[in-house]
Amino acid sequence: MTEAVPLLSVDNLALEFRTRGGLVRALENVSFHVGTGEIVGIVGESGSGKSVLSHALLRILDSAGRVSAGRAVFNGLDLLAAREAEMRAIRGRKIAMIFQNPRAALNPIRKIGQQLEDVLMQHTHAPRHDIKKRAIECLEQVRIPDALRRYHAYPFELSGGQCQRVMIALAIAAEPALLIADEPTTGLDVTTQAVVMDLIRDLVRRNHMSAILITHDLALASESCDRIVVMHAGHVVETAPTRALFATPRHPYTARLIGATPHDCTDVRTLASIPGSLPDLRAASLPLCRFSARCEQYTSACDQPLPLAVFNQHHSVACHTPL
Amino acid sequence: MARKPVWGTIFRRLLGALPSLAGVVVVTFILTRALPGDPAAFFAGAAATPEAVEEVRKQLGLDKNLAQQFLRYLSELAHGDLGQSLTTGQPVSTELVNRLPASLELTLFGLLLAAVVAIPLGVLAATRRDSWIDHVSRLITTAGVSLPVFFTGLLLIYIFYFKLGWAPSPMGRLDPYASAPATVTGFFIIDSLLARDLGLLTASLKQLLLPAITMAIFVMAPLARMTRAAMLTALSSDYTRTTRAMGLSRYTVVYRYALRNALLPVVTTLGMVFSFMLGANVLVEKVFSWPGIGAYAIEALVASDYAPVQGFVLTMAILYVLLNLVIDVLYSIIDPRMAAQ
Ligand SMILES: Nc1ncnc2c1ncn2[C@@H]1O[C@H](COP(=O)(O)OP(=O)(O)O)[C@@H](O)[C@H]1O
Ligand SMILES: [Mg+2]
Repeated sequence: MTEAVPLLSVDNLALEFRTRGGLVRALENVSFHVGTGEIVGIVGESGSGKSVLSHALLRILDSAGRVSAGRAVFNGLDLLAAREAEMRAIRGRKIAMIFQNPRAALNPIRKIGQQLEDVLMQHTHAPRHDIKKRAIECLEQVRIPDALRRYHAYPFELSGGQCQRVMIALAIAAEPALLIADEPTTGLDVTTQAVVMDLIRDLVRRNHMSAILITHDLALASESCDRIVVMHAGHVVETAPTRALFATPRHPYTARLIGATPHDCTDVRTLASIPGSLPDLRAASLPLCRFSARCEQYTSACDQPLPLAVFNQHHSVACHTPL
Repeated sequence: MARKPVWGTIFRRLLGALPSLAGVVVVTFILTRALPGDPAAFFAGAAATPEAVEEVRKQLGLDKNLAQQFLRYLSELAHGDLGQSLTTGQPVSTELVNRLPASLELTLFGLLLAAVVAIPLGVLAATRRDSWIDHVSRLITTAGVSLPVFFTGLLLIYIFYFKLGWAPSPMGRLDPYASAPATVTGFFIIDSLLARDLGLLTASLKQLLLPAITMAIFVMAPLARMTRAAMLTALSSDYTRTTRAMGLSRYTVVYRYALRNALLPVVTTLGMVFSFMLGANVLVEKVFSWPGIGAYAIEALVASDYAPVQGFVLTMAILYVLLNLVIDVLYSIIDPRMAAQ
């Protein structure tokens, strides 16, 4: 599935936040790629840096955050070095994003239809009188029943699931090449979760898009993703095709995640059962392997700089003592 | 999705205000009776005999007990009769109606000035956080809020009238030689515009400017601060992040999205500062000899003249009710969630 030149290729990305409590090293040495037509999952418990990674790619970090190293090449353009004007042409049009908590992610006092039209006007050259028709088509694409009526609705008049559909409609309005979905189903009830995931998968496949699915739920990722990138405390610990990851997890953290994931049902609280907690990313001297304090395989060798063990072309793990 | 018409909101609001208005009627009645001084003695004059004082007392109805006085007051009120001012001999309702436009023109113009300066200042301070404009805005607003309003007034008179001679003498709405425009709204600015009298317009603007600035300085601080805080909240919200992620232009992000959302708390603050200003009016009108209802009330109060004070307090209460009504209507226009309730 991986091809010579991936759509997005992230290399050695490092990201820091300046805070009162000191420097937060939120991401370090993050590398992965997304091929054309691929759905890549980024999985890790809450706080592992998944969201800030996606914000860094779109350069919508809040002002305390700074990318201190690395490249993220998308279609030949390094997103991290691009000018702001170049980024404006990328956001929403080439790379779009949907967020957790869709109700808050939509403007509470602007009609659904207007919010869609704002995006359409920015990114398409559809004539004015056509915009409304286009907006309603977008709503129909995400299978919102009674789209014309919803066009005139405000977010507070819709259910959470419908708000997330509207977010998806906004995201795919300009037919981007890459869709980033950050915990798109968290906070929705289980049935709605499944419906929304089906919708995202369908739209991505049908429109030949690529996607990054960010989630803390490994089971959820395994249902939709071709490959999975496992993150822990700002590090990528393992990358593998979904099947290989489940068959032969190499990183102790991945193995724990899989062990903690019930296979018959997709319960969202699964990751709570991993012992220990993420290290404090503000610490002056973080261990080189940020998992070492929680790891049963820990040996003194783990205090050396992390190697990147490649098991076969597609399966790599950052660990001294892989399984 | 069906939205209730605004009229329903207005009607319910007015109905809801009735009990508080009734309360105001009772309280003003009792308060004015509790004021020190004997109006009968005051109006009979220093040289009056005790019999003459009693005669005046009877005329004023002050010989009756409180309950009877109150009933009489109520029935007069029901006929729109607010009694007569003992100092001027005029019906209070007529004088209030004549003077109210002066107060409203001053207050509204002051509010407009404050909003026109403070809201953009707050927006700039938020979008350019920690830049020089943020610091300047903080400095100006802090200075404004720490000066008492009559002091600001006197200071402005001292500088712009006494020292620089830029402002006309602080004596009312027009200099004594000009004559007021034909009354349509009672607002000199609007009436002189309607009369197409530019000279009169400039003359009345000149008189209005200093007292209005005094009022504006008084309320700029809370307005600018609230605008800044509300803008910062809106700009760091999830929906603003969405608009940025969707690649909308900075103009759309800041003005079409964040600013409109930030207006909600700003409108609340506008209502709040407007009611501060109604209060501050009393002092500002005194300092600038402005012939409004505040100055009228003060003069009456000093003379133990009940009726104008009662009428003034009642007028203020009605103004507060109307003000809250306007705020509510504005709110339901800006925020669909309010209208849906
Ligand atoms: N604005 C910020 N200032 C300081 N630290 C931040 C900020 N935003 C995120 N972080 C830190 O970055 C890390 C990753 O956060 P996040 O990307 O939200 O995790 P995830 O999405 O995986 O749950 C956390 O440790 C968090 O404390
Ligand atoms: Mg997150």
